[in-house]
Amino acid sequence: MSAVLEATRPAAQTKTFGKSTREVPHHSQKAKKWYPAEDEAQPKKVRKSIRVSTPRPSLVPGTVLILLAGRFRGKRVILLKNLDQGVLLVTGPFKINGVPLRRVNARYVIATSHKVDLAGVDSKKVEEVGSEKYFAAEKGEKKKGEEAFFKQGEKAEKKKPSSSRAADQKAVDKALLATIKKEPMLISYLASTFSLRKGDRPHEMVW
Amino acid sequence: MGDAEITASSWRLVEVGRIVLISKGPSEGKLATIVEIIDHKRALVDGPSTDTKTACPRQAVALQNVILTPLVLEKLPRGARTGVVKAQWEKAGIEAKWQESSWAKKRQQRERRRALTDFDRFKVMRLKKQARFEIRKSLSKVKAAK
Repeated sequence: MSAVLEATRPAAQTKTFGKSTREVPHHSQKAKKWYPAEDEAQPKKVRKSIRVSTPRPSLVPGTVLILLAGRFRGKRVILLKNLDQGVLLVTGPFKINGVPLRRVNARYVIATSHKVDLAGVDSKKVEEVGSEKYFAAEKGEKKKGEEAFFKQGEKAEKKKPSSSRAADQKAVDKALLATIKKEPMLISYLASTFSLRKGDRPHEMVW
Repeated sequence: MGDAEITASSWRLVEVGRIVLISKGPSEGKLATIVEIIDHKRALVDGPSTDTKTACPRQAVALQNVILTPLVLEKLPRGARTGVVKAQWEKAGIEAKWQESSWAKKRQQRERRRALTDFDRFKVMRLKKQARFEIRKSLSKVKAAK
């Protein structure tokens, strides 16, 4: 640390006083005439680090998952990809149960033992959807001041799904739907929602 | 005073030769026969079944951890060793009789249902619904014909 300071320290000047010369340190290097009465608060350093997350072995792409939290809780969906930090990319498919391409927390998910073959699904598209920027919110300009104030009373225009997203959804689901159709009852299984019945013990059940 | 009618009770008795289902402990779910009654709480049992699922090693068990079945080895001598028990067990066809019983079938079904996956459970639900629908349909037809 001190070595760094040494390098950045401003150079001392040599000054002549009468006959003699003396090295005068830079004014920032001089001892202070006063001390602060109170210690300056130092912000705490964060000692956490982002660690690589390893998904549970049951979370293999193609697995049918049961969502446990959020707007789509209880829905049975298909896992497309494991993203960073315990996030999963899933799809309904949208046509079957209304769940769009969506990121979910791996903690709030039950992995069933049923797997759907992901062969034929456009892996490039999945990669694109799984990238960080895909789900980032668009930064729209905010109306300021008076105009915004008067707009409050009116109903905001309803958000419409963007057509590019819809196209992506179709592109990903197309191959999936074809494979799902081949297995009997799988469509209605994915369309149905999960809920606990009387006497169900989720910790003792086989998924 | 009229004559009192005395008949033997039809209870299942703890007796030598009685086949029991072990309901608790390491041999849970195994079939065995009582070889000797040790005291009022314990009995020596032996299950020389050829099927490893129901075979039970010779051991003393608490009667509290045992359920009496209707099956009995009638002529089993008291304190018989495994060879004799096995011979009688096979001669009486205990295993086949047990497998045929609705009790064993129910147990098997329960075990199978427990091992079903989520998708399988869903399929069972759908198929049951379909069966129910067909039954109702034919029933209503019969009712309408009357």
